[in-house]
Amino acid sequence: MAEPGTEWWASESFWRKCAIFVTAFMALVLVLLTFHTLTVIAAGSEAGRVPAYSVINHRIGYEFDDERNHMVPVIGPVAPLFGEALDEEAARALVDHGKLTVQARNCMNCHTLLGNGAYYAPDLTKAWLDPGWGNEQARELLMTMFLKDPPANARTFGTGRRMPNPHLTDDEVRAVIAYLKWMSAIDTNGFPSGFTPLPQGDLRGDAS
Amino acid sequence: MTLGGINYHELSFAQRLSVKYFTVAMVLFLAQMLFGLLAGAQFLWPDFLFGVLDFNVNRMVHINAMVVWMLYGFIGSIFWLVEDESGVPLVGPRIAEATFWVLTLAVTVVVVVYLVVQSGPGNQWTLWLINEGREYIEAPRWADIGIVLCMVAIFYNVAGTFVAGRWSGISGVLVLDLIALAGLYLAGMFYTTNLPMDQYWWWWVIHLWVEATWEVLVGCIMAWGLIKTLGARRRIVTTWLYIEVALMFGSGILGLGHHYFWIGTPEYWLGIGGFFSALEPIPLVAMVVHAVYDAGRHSFRSNNHPALAWLIAHAFGNFLGAGVWGFMQTLPQINMYTHGTQWSSSHGHLAFFGAYTTIVVAFIYLAIQRLRGDVWMSAGMDGAWRWKWALALLHIGMVGMSIALLIAGYEQSFVERAVGGSTWQAYFAGQTQPWFVQAMWWRMAFGVLMTAGLVLLLVDFLRAGAQETRPIKSLALPQAAAAGG
Repeated sequence: MAEPGTEWWASESFWRKCAIFVTAFMALVLVLLTFHTLTVIAAGSEAGRVPAYSVINHRIGYEFDDERNHMVPVIGPVAPLFGEALDEEAARALVDHGKLTVQARNCMNCHTLLGNGAYYAPDLTKAWLDPGWGNEQARELLMTMFLKDPPANARTFGTGRRMPNPHLTDDEVRAVIAYLKWMSAIDTNGFPSGFTPLPQGDLRGDAS
Repeated sequence: MTLGGINYHELSFAQRLSVKYFTVAMVLFLAQMLFGLLAGAQFLWPDFLFGVLDFNVNRMVHINAMVVWMLYGFIGSIFWLVEDESGVPLVGPRIAEATFWVLTLAVTVVVVVYLVVQSGPGNQWTLWLINEGREYIEAPRWADIGIVLCMVAIFYNVAGTFVAGRWSGISGVLVLDLIALAGLYLAGMFYTTNLPMDQYWWWWVIHLWVEATWEVLVGCIMAWGLIKTLGARRRIVTTWLYIEVALMFGSGILGLGHHYFWIGTPEYWLGIGGFFSALEPIPLVAMVVHAVYDAGRHSFRSNNHPALAWLIAHAFGNFLGAGVWGFMQTLPQINMYTHGTQWSSSHGHLAFFGAYTTIVVAFIYLAIQRLRGDVWMSAGMDGAWRWKWALALLHIGMVGMSIALLIAGYEQSFVERAVGGSTWQAYFAGQTQPWFVQAMWWRMAFGVLMTAGLVLLLVDFLRAGAQETRPIKSLALPQAAAAGG
């Protein structure tokens, strides 16, 4: 019912109805999309965007996809982390411990994960694939050494910014590395842009 | 009531509670600023407090103090207006009083644990007792549960008071919005191994708070404030509020998709998020039009000039900081390069300040006016230079800081992302570029300026209206003008 002297499109009642219908409709659309998205991003789902945790048993590559026109993760041949193949449940437990450690040490208030977090230290989305580790053979050892004592192994590239020592246990170090390896296999629609991974062995042949 | 004196005991119970909330809010605002300065200084002198108060601790306190003080400001504002708007006294004063002390104690314990314990072993206990390690909602799980219980108690008081008294358009929107706001917090209260899943729900809290429910909440506060400071007509203000709700939720709910570009979520979010988030500035334009229209309609005649100045600052700050700064990087084609750079930090600073700091400050000035016995708070009152300079310093500081961070963000997007290919080496190449380093110095300088502005603002809160002896003036429009409006 429009107020006297007011056009219907400028009336309080018209806009109240609009507010209710628009909000309800948008919320409904969001809920429906959420149901779909949750099935897609379940770890190891068929969509392949978020890998199963046992992906840490494989070499993970990052290659240009002509059809999608950006880089995508490629799961290569068997190349177990620390030389120890894990079943899905054991891999999940290890990655889980890594994620808990990253949260417990408040890593996200210096670093970004998938681009979210703070901007004082580099993004960790592709930490496992960063060319800074030099080569595939040295990577696990260098990552372990670095995480055991970051201030002593700091490479600040002239910024003077060092990572404080989070005093990780040996188990936590391995778990964090497993978490980072799993994270690098998430399909992020090509983020971060233009990233070039460190040189690795063949992604389609044997691991040797 | 004594004009210019402190009339704390003449305030209603709910208003005295508001004063408490506002007081804690301002203590936390100062804490936010100081920890921001520490974190900013660590960009310039990385060894400063290294191993004692590291960047991640300072930054966590910086952003958590902000979230909590803004919530305190909103709660204080709601308690301030609830009795006036409903026409009856608060239904549960003892619960309301207890809630305040429980919440404040909990916040204090959380902050002390952040500063002293800082972090813990990688297990669930750390997440329950020390720190959840998720940006903005780091508060440990025990505190989450406590916060939700306090919110339920506050909701009971607000909704119950409206039920006991009368409803209005403003209170209806306010109560529904509070349900959504409290309910959304639950989306951030669980743990999962799956990082994309974690971030999917994490954004439900962050985005649907600051880009939807918080915006509507301050829309309600703004609506009430315009009626009080300008004598704006309720029917016009309420209609505008509905328009803003329709536009805000119409764009902001699916605008959530602009956080789902790069976290492993499906590609359709690129289109949905890009489209709807690009529409998000529209309600903010509407707010500017609304505020300026109302102020102009009343020839800027106001009984509380500092409050009106901050309400206008809110309208423009919200539009610029949240609207323009957000729009600049919201399309996926540009966000690919800007996501996770200082660009986001520039937007975050200007948006939170423009949209939320301003409205809480405006409301505190309304409260001070009443506390001082309904004095006339004009642009020419005794010591008016203080509120004017505080307003100027805070704005110059914030705009300067945001532009410095934006330049750093441009530089990072080009050097680290577009040219360097986003590796760690490229990251550090970006961080050592002279333009980036200079931007960090400018940010620090403007941060100091802003802190000076805050100190002056806090002094003014204690002194504004103190020597004033003129009573508040009626703001009713002349008959002829009112009939046309």
